[in-house]
Amino acid sequence: MLKIGNHEFSSRLLLGTGKYPNFDIQKEAVDVSATEILTFSVRRMNIFEASQPNFLEKLNVSKYTLLPNTAGAKTAKEAVRIAKLAKASGLCDMIKVEVIGCQKTLLPDPVGTLKASEELLKEGFTVLPYTSDDVLLARRLEELGCHAIMPGASPIGSGQGIINPLNLSFIIEQTRVPVIVDAGIGTPSDAAIAMEMGAAGVLLNTAVSGAKDPVIMANAMRLAIEAGRLGFEAGRIPKKRYATASSPLDGMSIS
Amino acid sequence: MKLTVNGDHVEVPNSVKTVAGLLVHFELHHKVVIVERNAEILEQAKHTETLIFDKDKIELVHFVGGG
Repeated sequence: MLKIGNHEFSSRLLLGTGKYPNFDIQKEAVDVSATEILTFSVRRMNIFEASQPNFLEKLNVSKYTLLPNTAGAKTAKEAVRIAKLAKASGLCDMIKVEVIGCQKTLLPDPVGTLKASEELLKEGFTVLPYTSDDVLLARRLEELGCHAIMPGASPIGSGQGIINPLNLSFIIEQTRVPVIVDAGIGTPSDAAIAMEMGAAGVLLNTAVSGAKDPVIMANAMRLAIEAGRLGFEAGRIPKKRYATASSPLDGMSIS
Repeated sequence: MKLTVNGDHVEVPNSVKTVAGLLVHFELHHKVVIVERNAEILEQAKHTETLIFDKDKIELVHFVGGG
C-alpha cells in the first residue's frame, strides 16, 4: 500500500495527463496503467471555445484521486494561487508543488518550492513537492511536514532516467514519508530501477504519452513498477567480484 | 454590464446577476470551472450566491492535461 497523507493506493504509478495524441488513446493508456492518481494542470479557459471537450469529461474522474500541479508557477506566490484555484474545484486536496526556476532546464526553484510547500501545508493541503535530487532540500521539505517527497530523476520530459542514483538513494534512505520519483523517466527499466532502489512510487507522463504506442508503454510501465517493487521487497543478492557456482560442486561423476 | 473575463473585455446582459448566471451565459455550467472574482477565489458552493457587478474582473480556469 502506498500511503500519502490520508490517502491509500494499491498502484504505485502516478500518471500525467499531458500531451497524448488524443483523448481516446489517453483514456486507454490510463485504464491499462491501472493508475489511481492522475496529475493535471490548471489553466485559463478559452471562453470563446467553451464547447471544446476537456480531458476530464473523457475520463471517469471519480475513479481517480486527482493530483493537480502548480506547473507554470515561477514563484511561491503563483504556486499557492494555482493550488488554491485547484482546491476550489472541490475535487481534490492534494497538490504537486512545482515552482520552476529555469525555463531551459525546467529545474525546480528550491527556495520557492520550500516556501510554497510551507504555505500550502498551513492551508491544509496534502503537499507533494516536485524537487531536485538535493538531499538536504528533501530533508527540509520532510521536516516542514510534506506528505511525500518527489525528487526528479532528470529534467522534465528529458527521458534521461535516473542521472544521480547516489543522491536518490540517500533521499530514499533518510525519508520517512513516501519518496516518489518524478520526471525524467524514459523507459520501463528506469522506473523499475527507481522502485528497486526503494522508491514508494513513480510519477511519469511523457514516457507514456510520447511513446510510439502510449497504451503498450502504459502497460510496460505498470509491469516495471510492480516488478521493481517486488524486487525491492524480495531483497536483491549482493554484488560479488567473482563467480559463485549455482550448481553443486559435490558428487560429480566425471573428473 | 461590462466585465473583464480572462483578460478580455466582454459585455454581458444585465440579466446576468451572479457567478452561476455568468457560467450559464457562457454555457459553462456543466463543466468543471473555477472562478476568481476580483482576485478572490470562489468555492463551487459560492457560485450561486456571489453577485457580479459592472467592471468586475473575472478569471475562469479549468483543468488541462499536465504531468
